[in-house]
Amino acid sequence: MAIAETAPTAAAAPIIDAEEARRARNRRRERLGRWLMPLIVLVVMIFLWDRICVWNNIPHYILPRPGLVAETLWVDRLILFKALLITLRTTLLALLVAVIGGVGLAVLFTQSRLFEMSFYPYAVILQVTPIVAIAPLIFIYIQSKLIGMLLCAWIVAFFPVLSNTTLGLNSADHNLRDLFSIYGATRWQKLRYLQLPSALPYFLGGLRIAGGLALIGAVVAEYVAGTGGVGSGLAFTILESSYRLNIPRVFAALILIAAMGVVIFTVLSLFSHLLLRKWHESALKREG
Amino acid sequence: MTLQETGVAAETAAAQPAPLLSLDGVSKVFNGDLVALKGMSLDVFQGDFVSLLGPSGCGKSTALRLIAGLSHPTSGRINWAGGQDAGDLGVVFQEPTLMPWATVAQNVWLPWRLRGAKFAAMKPQIEEALALVGLEKFMDSYPRELSGGMKMRVSIARALVTNPRLILMDEPFAALDEITRHKLNNDLLALRAKIGCTIIFVTHSVFESVFLSSRIVVMAARPGRVIHEVAVDAPYPRGEDFRTSTDYAAHCRAASAALHDAIGD
Ligand SMILES: Nc1ncnc2c1ncn2[C@@H]1O[C@H](COP(=O)(O)OP(=O)(O)OP(=O)(O)O)[C@@H](O)[C@H]1O
Ligand SMILES: [Mg+2]
Repeated sequence: MAIAETAPTAAAAPIIDAEEARRARNRRRERLGRWLMPLIVLVVMIFLWDRICVWNNIPHYILPRPGLVAETLWVDRLILFKALLITLRTTLLALLVAVIGGVGLAVLFTQSRLFEMSFYPYAVILQVTPIVAIAPLIFIYIQSKLIGMLLCAWIVAFFPVLSNTTLGLNSADHNLRDLFSIYGATRWQKLRYLQLPSALPYFLGGLRIAGGLALIGAVVAEYVAGTGGVGSGLAFTILESSYRLNIPRVFAALILIAAMGVVIFTVLSLFSHLLLRKWHESALKREG
Repeated sequence: MTLQETGVAAETAAAQPAPLLSLDGVSKVFNGDLVALKGMSLDVFQGDFVSLLGPSGCGKSTALRLIAGLSHPTSGRINWAGGQDAGDLGVVFQEPTLMPWATVAQNVWLPWRLRGAKFAAMKPQIEEALALVGLEKFMDSYPRELSGGMKMRVSIARALVTNPRLILMDEPFAALDEITRHKLNNDLLALRAKIGCTIIFVTHSVFESVFLSSRIVVMAARPGRVIHEVAVDAPYPRGEDFRTSTDYAAHCRAASAALHDAIGD
């Protein structure tokens, strides 16, 4: 019995047809738009801000014109940069402690039901109590400003790490768990080779949230703690400048805080992408 | 070819040497009243290819989990010739169950790794196991880069890598398409001819069970129990010509009849 081969039809048709070329154009336009559109919005906003100041004759100690804010950024760059470093240091240290504390607690929670039952409710209570309400007390009881600030930032930042990592540790594939049991894996081996890798994407999601929260914690702590001993960070600069009606500097510091938040988020996203790009769905690019 | 009640099957078995594994009146009850398995007795001999065939819910997976030691019988006992240790078993599930963050080679290394063996020391065994399933070129790929059939092969290589006395397979090819499934059935037999392992294989497919196994254990549900055993005495190696033989068709008819009996129509 012979099986006829199908005749090659339309051999002359190009592999990339007009449809596909159009789709490719759309993709390029979309990529460009992702950068261009927010940029246009920014320029328009700044322009409107400037016009509103001019049209209404608003004095610079109430709402400075964007040009003045830019000038202040440049003129005060030394003071502002020093302040930025201080806030950045508090934020990063707090994030580090949040990661160690959050992951550590999560591992303890999954290893001991008793431990989890005893302490999980308090982790939640700590999380839901607004940090502004706790912060003043912290600075009464803790002498070192640095440690007090770290504690504030940590309280805000550790919970997403803790809850995401706990979820991740518990969500390892049940067939893989069975497989590990069959091969006689120890508790430690299960944790090391199965649960921790399974938890990685969850942990990284928590980390990105914690990065932003650590900054918020650091800012709140600076407002409450004042400057003594640690030097003044960006938040303290805002507080102090607003007392002196140096509003351009308030705006300059505010812009730096926002920029810092964006940079922290971007770096953490990049870090997460690098760690997951080989295997995790969230980091995989598929051809459309 | 014979279709017999299990009681009779035990007689033929008596002539053979001591079984590798024997289930002796094993029952499993869940939540106090769900009888998943009732009085299952089964002797598995060195070199057997035993299929467990039966409708959904008849306790096939439960039986495998009991044998694997993942749960314990409510009554009855499971005996291993010469006792059991962690190297005795290889397992393949319905899903490939690979670690997505590890390469193919690292996945196959797992059973050894859990016993404290270094990757470098085990590399020859890992390569050999992957060569047996035809994936030696994909050592450094990640699971997501493989097709469903290839992932299943990795899973099989992982089960083989420790040279276990017994391999348990729970519907390993059920999720694959017909073409891949045929191919993997052929390859599984070829592989078995090479290394001579003993296999317990769970399936819903009459055709698959006849093609692969030397014995088909037919089970019924509510309560889960063994109701027939069909011996498939066609010689190995079996290839495409076996699939089209009258012998094969006759065995399929017998297994089908037993299965209908199990379903109760
Ligand atoms: N852990 C469990 N807890 C409670 N009931 C269970 C459990 N595992 C299995 N069962 C019940 O035991 C019975 C047998 O289940 P089992 O998974 O062994 O069936 P199966 O033959 O493998 O079915 P399938 O072909 O659908 O995989 C079912 O009624 C199931 O609901
Ligand atoms: Mg099953």
